[in-house]
Amino acid sequence: MSYLQKSPWIIHYDASSCNGCDIEVLACLTPLYDVERFGILNTGNPKHADIFVITGGVNEINKEVVKNIYDQMPHPKVVVAVGICACSGGVFKECYNISGGVATVIPVDIYVPGCAARPESIIDGIVQALSILEQKRNSMKTGVEGTA
Amino acid sequence: MNPFLAAAVFIILAPVVGILITGLDRILTARMQGRVGPPVLQPWYDIRKLIQKKQVAVWGAQSFFIFCYLIFIIFTGALFFAGGDILLVIFAFTLAHVFLVLGAYVSFSPYAHIGAERELIQLMAVEPMIIIAAIGLYQVNDSFLIGEMADHPGMPILLLPGVFLGFIYILTFKLRKSPFDLATSHHAHQELVKGSTTEFSGRTLAMVELAHIYELVVMLGFIWLFFGANLILCALAIVVIMFLEILVDNCTSRVRWQDAMISAWFVTLVAGAGNIFALSIM
Ligand code: SF4
Repeated sequence: MSYLQKSPWIIHYDASSCNGCDIEVLACLTPLYDVERFGILNTGNPKHADIFVITGGVNEINKEVVKNIYDQMPHPKVVVAVGICACSGGVFKECYNISGGVATVIPVDIYVPGCAARPESIIDGIVQALSILEQKRNSMKTGVEGTA
Repeated sequence: MNPFLAAAVFIILAPVVGILITGLDRILTARMQGRVGPPVLQPWYDIRKLIQKKQVAVWGAQSFFIFCYLIFIIFTGALFFAGGDILLVIFAFTLAHVFLVLGAYVSFSPYAHIGAERELIQLMAVEPMIIIAAIGLYQVNDSFLIGEMADHPGMPILLLPGVFLGFIYILTFKLRKSPFDLATSHHAHQELVKGSTTEFSGRTLAMVELAHIYELVVMLGFIWLFFGANLILCALAIVVIMFLEILVDNCTSRVRWQDAMISAWFVTLVAGAGNIFALSIM
């Protein structure tokens, strides 16, 4: 296991979710789930983060914010879309201002479905994201790195 | 010990000691919050990971300033453990922090700017006490050389209780612990994002982390001077002090910079300067 997998730092952004999934994301940090056991820290700063945990269907106004956060994260990085809203737009899909899922704005690596996504599945999603992070680092080292 | 050898031992061993202490600190913090916490070597994993990340710097100068910060912190510690002049150690220590502030000022990020300003405020708050500690140690040892202070047969702390108290007070600033973690904090999600370190990433951030670890060992070295040759008592004191620092870190919220600075100066004046005054008329 490389150091990248032992110390994944996340940034969490609420792209117009109903807050249900956000509370579940924050629940992962509480004593019951304690993701710091795996070295996972919630940094709140894109320049320090490795994993972008994003909830909600992304509306027309925060589209740019989502892109901006993604662009500010240094490579290698992965995106975890948490909740069915982030996966596809969910119940808000038909709303006039919802773009319908995070994947419409930035490339998503892991989808964690659920309304709201349970902390267990969020942690599972992040752990799966770690192996993708590792793959991206390897391709970065060998020079065939894509920007996604 | 040969001064060059001592400096070399510091450069090699300080990261090991510092990482272990920081790792235990994180575990203890987690336990105080009812969590399990990360592995002891987590700070080491973090630094290694940061080195593997791609470098993103909008302004190249910041990496240079942070490199100087790290170099001067290492120089400070090497000089300290080689038994050099304590005044020179303090100057080098301050200079290192000036580089950190410059590094934070390079970018146009408002978070980093406020962090840099607060870093300066912290420097202003702690500097008088550090100088007073040097004066106090001089009064007891009749020498500014750390090499001679370390050989003190008794315990300078018995003559310098006020100075020691004041020093412990400002230690909280230096360890970047709550309630005085104004500039940047170990805890995420706050009004300043990450304060002075907001704009650093990858290797640059790794250098900042490493410098913090060296700095921790230098600060513990200062505590050692108060105990002279009584190493066992010194180790015991360090354990107690670190425990109290972590406890305070976990049960207080950050204060405003005015309160931080005024209280630091108040403690410096009453406990530190009072102690020096009493000693000089004795
Ligand atoms: S998936 Fe459900 S809980 Fe999560 S943001 Fe959407 S509506 Fe809220």
